[in-house]
Amino acid sequence: MSMKKRWQRRHVTEAFFKGIMFLSIALVVFSLGYILWTILRKGLPAMSWAMITQTPKGGYYLGKEGGILNAIVGSLYMALGGTLIAVVFGLPIALYLETYLKNSRWGYYVRLSLDVLWGIPSIVYGAFGFTLMLAIGLRSSLLGGIIVLALLELPIMVRAIDEVIRQMPKDLQEAALAIGSTKLEVALHVVIRQMMPGIVSAILLAFGRGIGDAASVLFTAGYTDRIPTSLMNPAASLPLAIFFQLSTPFKEVQNRAYAAALVLTIIVLIVSFGSRWLSSRLSKYSIK
Amino acid sequence: MESHIQIKHLNVQYGNSPALRDVNLEIPRNQITVIMGPSGCGKTTLLKSLNRFLELEETTKIQGKVIVDGQNIYGKDIDVTEVRKTIGLLAQRPYPLPMSIYDNVAHGLRLHHLKKGRKEIDDAVQHYLEHAGLWDEVKNRLHDPATSLSIGQQQRLCLARGLAVEPEIILGDEPTSALDPISSQHIEKKLMELKSDYTIVIVTHILRQAKRLADYVVFMYLGEVVEAGPAQQIFENPKKDRTKGYLAGQF
Repeated sequence: MSMKKRWQRRHVTEAFFKGIMFLSIALVVFSLGYILWTILRKGLPAMSWAMITQTPKGGYYLGKEGGILNAIVGSLYMALGGTLIAVVFGLPIALYLETYLKNSRWGYYVRLSLDVLWGIPSIVYGAFGFTLMLAIGLRSSLLGGIIVLALLELPIMVRAIDEVIRQMPKDLQEAALAIGSTKLEVALHVVIRQMMPGIVSAILLAFGRGIGDAASVLFTAGYTDRIPTSLMNPAASLPLAIFFQLSTPFKEVQNRAYAAALVLTIIVLIVSFGSRWLSSRLSKYSIK
Repeated sequence: MESHIQIKHLNVQYGNSPALRDVNLEIPRNQITVIMGPSGCGKTTLLKSLNRFLELEETTKIQGKVIVDGQNIYGKDIDVTEVRKTIGLLAQRPYPLPMSIYDNVAHGLRLHHLKKGRKEIDDAVQHYLEHAGLWDEVKNRLHDPATSLSIGQQQRLCLARGLAVEPEIILGDEPTSALDPISSQHIEKKLMELKSDYTIVIVTHILRQAKRLADYVVFMYLGEVVEAGPAQQIFENPKKDRTKGYLAGQF
């Protein structure tokens, strides 16, 4: 019998689908590369030390002096604050889901609610948050932005941590139960330790969504050229800085929008690599 | 023979399929009891009924009594964590906790407040690692991750971890099945030493291992106990045909 390759239909099918898969991947890589290239090409020339160390001076939006320090600081405050609050509420929710509700009917309802919340456009969060703030007499402020970002990030974070914790080896949980741990002790001492790298990634995912979102903070945090000194001050943010500068008719100011996008991208990259490094250190004890 | 565990009319169902049918047994104190039988006969189910692991699967229904030192472990006022502290389990595959070698042993001590202070915990960790025959191999790297150990060493670490919470009974679910022959020998030797202080119940499908270890044998088939008795009697003079057939290698 000859073992020579004959071009049968199954081989053609394989080659065809392999080609499609390769094209899809190429498209993704190309898009990312093109975005980065655009940001770099247009943003880098507009980039300067002043951009990241100064707040906008008079005439900044006409192309004169100043920078976007107000937006950098505002975005960091809001995204870090929002992520912190989301972790404080989200981690217990995820642990409760996985430890006690599991695949019960209530677990199903909670996950469904979170998935729906995940899908809600961020402008709706913004409008909802703004309505709430009006009702309690809170004006556009750093605090408002932090709270709305926390709400926006919460479902993403919980579902992502939930999916991570589901990968927890059952035998490992049983090993901890076998020495007389309560379920809570298993969750706190064993599950969190074992799953720390995945939990860190989930938190990062939520942070990325938070820091990149413009619509939710538009009404709730407002925009200002000053750096907020109190939770009750309005706060600027990078996505809105990009939006406002891009919508001016001046070329220099538009290019500054790309510089702002570059700053945002670099912040996300730093946080991303930082957390990778952190989680690889934390996974030293993980059971493979 | 003084019995340590009495099982009375134990019935277990997974969903709608019965796994154990009316099991009645007395397990002797300070001896090694070996549960034997072909796969799917309910050996592991019987073992896991002893540390209340069956209820981890929500669809499991359990009826009957398991009496340890006069208390029904399925009784209403029983704390399940105390049950599992008293009745330790050595699993099929070793699963150390995601922490250092030292902390694997110290974790249970801290959990149950058995030892206080650095010095006491240090001493106890050394004691139980020696007890499990692992101390000399790890004494210079106590703070390395537990995963840096070989599988055989990990199983002895799991033994030390189990012993540290001061159990009276040790269960073993085919505890050597994932190990190489030398490591298996190690574990078997340890179990032989430990039986003077603990009651040991082992599930195995290796007939030769059963013959080496057993003082008392339980032979199961299709969820029922066919025959139970002292090892010599079961191996040399079984009364039931099924036991004879199994020992002769017929199934």
